[in-house]
Amino acid sequence: MQSNDKKMKQHKIGLFVPCYIDMFYPRVGIATLELLEKLGQEVGYPPEQTCCGQPLANSGSEQEALATYRNFVRNFRDFDYIVTPSGSCAYHVRRHYDILEQTEDVKKIRETTYELCEFLTDILQVDDLKIRFPHRVGIHNSCHGLRGLKLASASERMEPRYSKLRRLLEKAEGIEIVELDRNDECCGFGGTFSIFEPDVSVKMGKDRLDDHERNGVEIITAADMSCLMHLEGIIRRQKKNIQVRHIAEILNGHSL
Amino acid sequence: MMSHACKAKQFLANESRVDWHNRTLWLVRQKRDRVAAAVPEWEHLREQAASIKKEALANLDVYLEQLETEATRNGVTVLWAKDAGEFNRIILHIIQKHGVKNIVKSKSMLTEECGLNPFLHDRGIEVVDTDLGERIIQFRKETPSHIVLPAIHLKKEEIGETFHEKLNTEKGASDPTYLTQAARRHLREKFLAADMALTGVNFAVAETGTVVVCTNEGNADMGVHAAPVQVHCMGIEKIVPKQDDLGIFTRLLARNATGQAVTTYTSHYRKPKPGGAMYIVIVDNGRSNYLGHPKYSDSLKCIRCGGCMNTCPVYRRSGGHSYGYVIPGPIGSILAPQKEAQKYRDLPFASSLCGSCSNVCPVKIAIHEQLYFWRQDLTQQKRTSFLKRFSMKVAGFLLSENTRYNLTGILVRWALRYLPHGLLYLPFNAWGRGRELPVPPRQSFKQWYEGRKKTKN
Ligand code: SF4
Repeated sequence: MQSNDKKMKQHKIGLFVPCYIDMFYPRVGIATLELLEKLGQEVGYPPEQTCCGQPLANSGSEQEALATYRNFVRNFRDFDYIVTPSGSCAYHVRRHYDILEQTEDVKKIRETTYELCEFLTDILQVDDLKIRFPHRVGIHNSCHGLRGLKLASASERMEPRYSKLRRLLEKAEGIEIVELDRNDECCGFGGTFSIFEPDVSVKMGKDRLDDHERNGVEIITAADMSCLMHLEGIIRRQKKNIQVRHIAEILNGHSL
Repeated sequence: MMSHACKAKQFLANESRVDWHNRTLWLVRQKRDRVAAAVPEWEHLREQAASIKKEALANLDVYLEQLETEATRNGVTVLWAKDAGEFNRIILHIIQKHGVKNIVKSKSMLTEECGLNPFLHDRGIEVVDTDLGERIIQFRKETPSHIVLPAIHLKKEEIGETFHEKLNTEKGASDPTYLTQAARRHLREKFLAADMALTGVNFAVAETGTVVVCTNEGNADMGVHAAPVQVHCMGIEKIVPKQDDLGIFTRLLARNATGQAVTTYTSHYRKPKPGGAMYIVIVDNGRSNYLGHPKYSDSLKCIRCGGCMNTCPVYRRSGGHSYGYVIPGPIGSILAPQKEAQKYRDLPFASSLCGSCSNVCPVKIAIHEQLYFWRQDLTQQKRTSFLKRFSMKVAGFLLSENTRYNLTGILVRWALRYLPHGLLYLPFNAWGRGRELPVPPRQSFKQWYEGRKKTKN
């Protein structure tokens, strides 16, 4: 992939690699970093970063997450933008860091934290990714990105249809984006929901996979690796012939 | 009480039935999408409905008194009930006063909430539910599993069996038209014999003192027209200020509930029939505790369309009875803890927080946000399990500082790589019940990044 012909404005970006991506899917963090660098951005990775605190807060322990929130703020206060390959982490910082004292740092961080795709479409206005990905791809619209960050129009709302993920993926040569029966149903991950309601969670995941399989998807992609980790767990358990790729990996020009 | 997760597991044991339940409700959601899309100003209507409800709730005292004044002027008796007990006693009193023998009731979630049927049953008085779905579950001595489609958990074959037993329909018959005809004949007798009709209320118009009831079967009208005594039961939140406001809500209600443009019957009851008596019973039963509440007051805007149930991916797969509260699904999960936080403490966790409910809701209740707030409150009140709170405390400790965090990562990756499969997938590993754990990479992103920095330098 090459960057755009017209020179893109350079920003000082703080890369936030969510905890589970750091621990289990470093390739997604690497793809995000490489992609942003290829697009001419100055990317810093504050080495003391850990987690955004979402897993605790969604489980009801917001108070226990405060120290983690503060660690995030300490690490990311010196950037123009904070970019992360996770819709739900970006949403968490924007929406739920409201319980911190709203200092200038906190306010700025909440305003400048972006999920990767929306950063590419809204801030960098990337229009010309030179990549090839000749596969049948199904988009999984992760809920917090979809309904929280509005990365795409949600099917419940009667508004013009759009999708930032789709807009980016369509730039890949040879790609075939597959229509699904249920365009934006939850996969059932839901953070610790997956542990405390394992049966419903797994059933939701199976149903999501069935939809992709039924429509001939080869690769499921999403802006959140957590949903894909859950779906991949079911794929491997059931030995299904379908794969998952974070959207950063596709946009960074990884072939299979 | 058994937890939502346990009851969901039971419901999920029959997977093909779950698939059927999920499909049926999804069809309703799709119908809703189609008719909503045909209204260009849909999102604007939602805005309007939300703001009218908000204003009505902010000035509820004024509007309720206005309703009472206007209704009284129309010759209606208005009675007030503080709680379920008082409500039930008021109804009993009306029954005794008029020497009522036979009661028919159209759908009212409020009477379910107050336990009116069992209360009267214990006093030797039977109430016949006339909504078809409600009659079915009444025959089967079950509770509703949905607020608009109370028997949605049942297949037509099961209904056929019940009707065979209770209404003497042909054995094995399950044709919906045939069964409906049988129910009609049965209910007609009940309507003709009734001397009192109870109804719920969808909207109460303060300006006119009118109550409005929306049904598809016309059963509220059948009851009210035939019986000399009519009693309309409403929660305090059913108020809309003006007659003009009503159209906004009736346009939203049926579309969002079942995908119809409008309910078949929208009945406005204003004054008693000649020689008859009309009552409006206004019930609080805990609602006013949450009026003006900084986090939860919006839940009172609910118009009980059931849209949030149809769209909820968890509800569709766990069934209405898994919630254990009269109102199931997303809205039930935020209303139940208002009633009894301890008893229903697991319901706000019975959600993936996908937010579809909030997007569907015609009065724009941010249901998923309230679920999130309840999770915080229940945890702080120490109502959630010790184990959960403790593990979150530990996780909070580990995740808040770099060195501890890195060590955790190393340990987890080590465990995933070297621990035997049997140990990793012991029964307490809920993740592993239907899913494999991730394959641990050689190094974390952080380690990779350190390495890259070194080679770059
Ligand atoms: S919360 Fe909203 S969607 Fe759910 S029943 Fe009430 S009005 Fe309908």
